[in-house]
Amino acid sequence: MTRTTPLNALHRARGARMVDFGGWDMPLTYGSQIDEHHLVRRDAGMFDVSHMTVVDLHGSATRAFLRRLLANSIDKLKVPGKALYACMLNAEGGVIDDLIVYFIAEDRFRVVVNAATRDKDLAWITTQAQPFAVAVEERPELSMIAVQGPNARARFAGLLPTEAAAAVLALGRFAATEVAGVQLGLHRSGPLFVARTGYTGEDGFEVIVPEADAVALWEALERAGVGPAGLGARDTLRLEAGMALYGQDMDETVSPLEAGLAWTVAFDAGRDFNGRAALEAQKTAGVQRRMIGLVLDEKGVLRHGQPVHTASGIGTILSGGFSPTLGRSIALARVPSGELGQVEVDIRGRRLPVRAVDYPFVREGQPQPGVLG
Amino acid sequence: MSHVPAELKFLKSHEWVRAEGGGRYTVGISDHAQAALGDLVYVELPAEGEEVSQGAACAVVESVKAASDVYAPLSGKVVAVNAALADAPEAINADPYGTGWLFVVETAEAAQLDALLAAADYAATLEA
Repeated sequence: MTRTTPLNALHRARGARMVDFGGWDMPLTYGSQIDEHHLVRRDAGMFDVSHMTVVDLHGSATRAFLRRLLANSIDKLKVPGKALYACMLNAEGGVIDDLIVYFIAEDRFRVVVNAATRDKDLAWITTQAQPFAVAVEERPELSMIAVQGPNARARFAGLLPTEAAAAVLALGRFAATEVAGVQLGLHRSGPLFVARTGYTGEDGFEVIVPEADAVALWEALERAGVGPAGLGARDTLRLEAGMALYGQDMDETVSPLEAGLAWTVAFDAGRDFNGRAALEAQKTAGVQRRMIGLVLDEKGVLRHGQPVHTASGIGTILSGGFSPTLGRSIALARVPSGELGQVEVDIRGRRLPVRAVDYPFVREGQPQPGVLG
Repeated sequence: MSHVPAELKFLKSHEWVRAEGGGRYTVGISDHAQAALGDLVYVELPAEGEEVSQGAACAVVESVKAASDVYAPLSGKVVAVNAALADAPEAINADPYGTGWLFVVETAEAAQLDALLAAADYAATLEA
């Protein structure tokens, strides 16, 4: 049975082409996904991300629980309001999901996990939480709108009264705050949870609101000049930003070390987290596979599943697509560790040379050094 | 509801044909096809002078979503290609029956047109 967000009728009224994403009926594009991509890089666009799973964790041992659950160190969050990107691993070191965790109070943390992995994640978190007596409370009655782009924060803050606007504009990166209900047109909203996070490589906010307020917030943002952006643009934006997509770039058969996510793993002294032993064994033995960024300079589009030929063996394209900012195709690929040599990708029977580059491919709207060759 | 101009003929695979007179026919892809493909980013067209065969793949349109073969609706010689699409493939999305034309084929085999769908019949396939 397909699920819908409170914004579904509004997306359809705006002419969105809808797709099924993880069991949700979501907008792919409202016309041109390339135009929506440029809107986010240059101005401000907004995404309905209400399909994502918000879970609140309560209990005096919540921090201790998260020390075990997450491969990244929750102790990096010392100040309430700070957020952390992390992976949950299984005992074999495989990635169960990637997520963002917010430190709200010592006995209260909020976690946002992927929509497609909701059932698996909730079951895992609930089981893992039991020894710590942590209460796991899914918040399905909350919606989320991500406002992203160089002008995003200003457009959103402009909807708030002076003090609240100052509070959200004062947020550092990867920090969140709650603001009291605001007047959105004729509608008075409940409290808004505002986080300076995102999945586009641009600055902006992800705003969690009670579901009854989602339409009013979206329409208020529209009146403030923010345009809608769908899942198509979301995917091209995050790929340019070098951000992983769970289920495509990594899954339970892949460790974070093989997925370019070693930077999200903290081997802090004395902290035994799920999967730590497996990762340490992998490091000792040598990590067999690694993630690289690829750019195709000629005509064609790199796509999921295409074979990648390197001097150390054959890998595969994980996330591939056309980069509107660069005007050519880019991809993330998993290849055997070792020498790359001249890399080629098999596209519909033809072997085309590609360049291996560091990623992110784009930062703050600009191609990164070396990406354009 | 996609746009299906009444004066054109179609293949079930979403190519359209417009008779220009003198045995020349312009070919493109339909509004339904461009909407289904999404933003187009690359186009591979046949070369001028190339011979194409009815029903055979003779061009490729590549969108953000997928690469899609374009089938020749008629057999004949390619006498013109829309070179402007190399820099502006989005013309196919914006104006699939006008500036988004792909190529022109010249043929003596006008009887081949009988195998194509009339506009109303093509539109009916979209409703199925």
